[in-house]
Amino acid sequence: MTNPTSNVAYETHEHDVLVIGAGGAGLRAAIEASALGLKVGLVCKSLLGKAHTVMAEGGCAASMGYVDSADGWKTHFKDTMHGGKFLNNFRMAQLHAQEAPERIRELERWGAVFDRTPDGKISQRPFGGHTYRRLCHVGDHTGLEIIRTLQDKGVHSGLDVYMEATITDLLKDGDRVSGAFGYWRESGRFVVFKAKAVILATGGIGRAYKITSNSWEYSGDGDAMAYRAGAELMDMEFIQFHPTGMVWPNGVRGLLVTEAVRGEGGRLYNALGERFMEKVDPKRMELSTRDIVSKAINKEVKEGRGSPHGGVFLDISHRGAEYILKKLPGMYRQLLEFADVDITKGPMEIGPTTHYTMGGVRVEAESTMTKVPGLFAAGEVAAGMHGANRLGGNSLSDLLVFGRRAGLGAYEYIKANNPSTNLSEEVIAAAAKRVTKCFDSDSGENPYTIHKELQDMMQAKVGIVRTEAELHEAIEALKGFRARVANVSVTGSRQFNPGWHLAIELENMLTCAEAVARCALQRTESRGGHTREDHPEYHPHWSTVNSVASQDQDGSMNVGEIPLLPMPEELKALCEGEVGIPKPAA
Amino acid sequence: MACSHPTNAPHPKANSASTTIKGGTKAVAEGTVATFSVYRGTAESGEMKTYQVPVAEGMVVLDAVHHMQANDAPDLAARWNCKAAKCGSCSAEINGKPSLMCKTRMDALPLDEPITITPMKAFPVLKDLVTDVSWNYRVNERITPFTPKSDDTDNWTLYQEDVERVQEFRKCIECFLCQDVCHVIRNHDKKNDFYGPRFMVRLASLDMHPLDTVDRLQAIKEEAGVGFCNITKCCTEVCPEHIHITDNAIIPLKERVADRYFDPIGKLKGALGLNKSRK
Repeated sequence: MTNPTSNVAYETHEHDVLVIGAGGAGLRAAIEASALGLKVGLVCKSLLGKAHTVMAEGGCAASMGYVDSADGWKTHFKDTMHGGKFLNNFRMAQLHAQEAPERIRELERWGAVFDRTPDGKISQRPFGGHTYRRLCHVGDHTGLEIIRTLQDKGVHSGLDVYMEATITDLLKDGDRVSGAFGYWRESGRFVVFKAKAVILATGGIGRAYKITSNSWEYSGDGDAMAYRAGAELMDMEFIQFHPTGMVWPNGVRGLLVTEAVRGEGGRLYNALGERFMEKVDPKRMELSTRDIVSKAINKEVKEGRGSPHGGVFLDISHRGAEYILKKLPGMYRQLLEFADVDITKGPMEIGPTTHYTMGGVRVEAESTMTKVPGLFAAGEVAAGMHGANRLGGNSLSDLLVFGRRAGLGAYEYIKANNPSTNLSEEVIAAAAKRVTKCFDSDSGENPYTIHKELQDMMQAKVGIVRTEAELHEAIEALKGFRARVANVSVTGSRQFNPGWHLAIELENMLTCAEAVARCALQRTESRGGHTREDHPEYHPHWSTVNSVASQDQDGSMNVGEIPLLPMPEELKALCEGEVGIPKPAA
Repeated sequence: MACSHPTNAPHPKANSASTTIKGGTKAVAEGTVATFSVYRGTAESGEMKTYQVPVAEGMVVLDAVHHMQANDAPDLAARWNCKAAKCGSCSAEINGKPSLMCKTRMDALPLDEPITITPMKAFPVLKDLVTDVSWNYRVNERITPFTPKSDDTDNWTLYQEDVERVQEFRKCIECFLCQDVCHVIRNHDKKNDFYGPRFMVRLASLDMHPLDTVDRLQAIKEEAGVGFCNITKCCTEVCPEHIHITDNAIIPLKERVADRYFDPIGKLKGALGLNKSRK
């Protein structure tokens, strides 16, 4: 229909709950909300089943205790808090540790087929920062197993799935969220969703960086839309650089080498053949946490002990071809086919790659609701669960635990408030204008050029190791990027036009990039996924606060800090002592 | 039986059902420029357009498409997500061969003639390299989901050897290349009669799950149309996950159907109500 006042044509769909993003968190949220009797719409930017969850390799952490019977939620909680350097929302870490095993059992009931122990239970493998062998897995393609299981469950749950639709703005009725505006990728036509509650499950912001294991979808849409709608972004300075991305050959640069390679016994060497992790974390060695391993690799390279292409060596060949083919079949094939590297015979050349966004939208632990009534966030787009550094394997379990809780939270919210869903035609018209103005500009730049330069800048100035001077330069540079993006030109039609899609996403990437840079500048210490060369140690003040960024009335970004939630004594007691070291893979 | 199509596949076949794997071996000389001929257009009208792309070591065809988008054709429509052969989005036909663009290395292609990239032929073109694959999703919805004997998973005992064949099928990344290459769908457009290799694999993963309780043979025979497959194994050849689609999924399903419906003793048992789906 064409609205006479705004002259913007769009179709409208009405749901109780709109879920934006169809990875693990979005699917799990949609399944839960639907099971509670709500009418659910699920929007995916890609085809169903292609979301980033599919790339998760190593496993899903849950203290089933099938391999190490001493494991339990309390140890998982402790490991997660230590891994997050105690900036985690303790309540999220607690709920996650307590509920992850049931989420795994539920997946099994829905048809997931995990690798088995010799006595017929789910097998669990060791991973960095986990005291016990804890990661339920399927070879090295656990994410695929989980997303396919949820997808197949979802299609029989009565969901309305909108594939290849991109949401560009959240819509509000007063203070509450009441829907969302977007377009069909295929036709470029606009679509408006009316909803009593909206769940964001849009993943992270890794496309703002040059060397990344993230797909094009990771442009921080959820973070930026929530920010514009009045929610807070928290802990944005904490970016996980996964230690083992391929650095060579160029065609696979950034390609992720699963942590399972180290979980299964892989060793790291510098150019001198030294196992340099001995100097850094002699107890846990290669199974130290990701932040520590990444920084250690960075140091080796900086001090001239790197591999020929600026990384270090990762070697699993001592485990033998038969074992590697069984436990890491995807990795073996992928590297042989993509890179001519036979991991059963020799080492890989690896280095840190942008992998995961610990920060995101600030949420309340139980319900996952943001500061904006009716707006929920789960999975990578939400902050708090992982603190300053995420443990491998805690992402898949996070998606399941908090995806379910988001569906439940939306249900409770709707039941308690029965919110109205009035939408403003003016706001819809403005949302349409914002995303189409790039077609009117013919003097601006190609979005691809701006994107590439943004990635180079973020990699160089807001990367693994940061300084005050470089962060100032980055913030200054972002102002320039903002002006260029405001004037970006797009050619062609609105029908499946990737240049147009990128032009819209660039604005979201800029918002996220600015939040990362400003929070990184504010935090004058080094912790987890945030390293300051000029402030290399922990600082007592910064161990008591989270960073927050929110939008000011005039559109500028406010950055500040908020005290951590006080942790109850009995949970503090659980965190005492060091994190244990897992036994080798069975 | 040999796979006789698609045509124009001058480069060595991608890894087939065997476990031998070889990467590309030719080094590409510095400064080499590849010529691509890419389908641009919609279902109604379109043409092959030419693009020049500098070749870098280790480059794949998807890198070349990204280069075209960034430099020459910002509105060139192509699907991709992971660029690591894990999501199955970037399916297309490269020199006529159904392939993942992220997995096809430039050094495995002859560079002395233009490399053609066309959309999957078995599905309607939406724009450029993007096709309408929604039929596959509709087929998937028709399959009865996994229905276990009990919900008490703590007391489930499943040995690795019991689940191994199901795990092989569950490696499918839904790239739909097997659907694209299948004669029944590609040449005869029997989409109403045959679910295609992808969903034979899914049906097999359910039928062979040790704890599934649904008798699926009737559906496999009738709605899914397993009989339409004439075992040319083209699907197996193009599968980027190296799933033995024909040997391990389709042929066993055909045998189960034959045992039930065409074997005289099976038919008798059926008449007496003694049949159970073999697990």
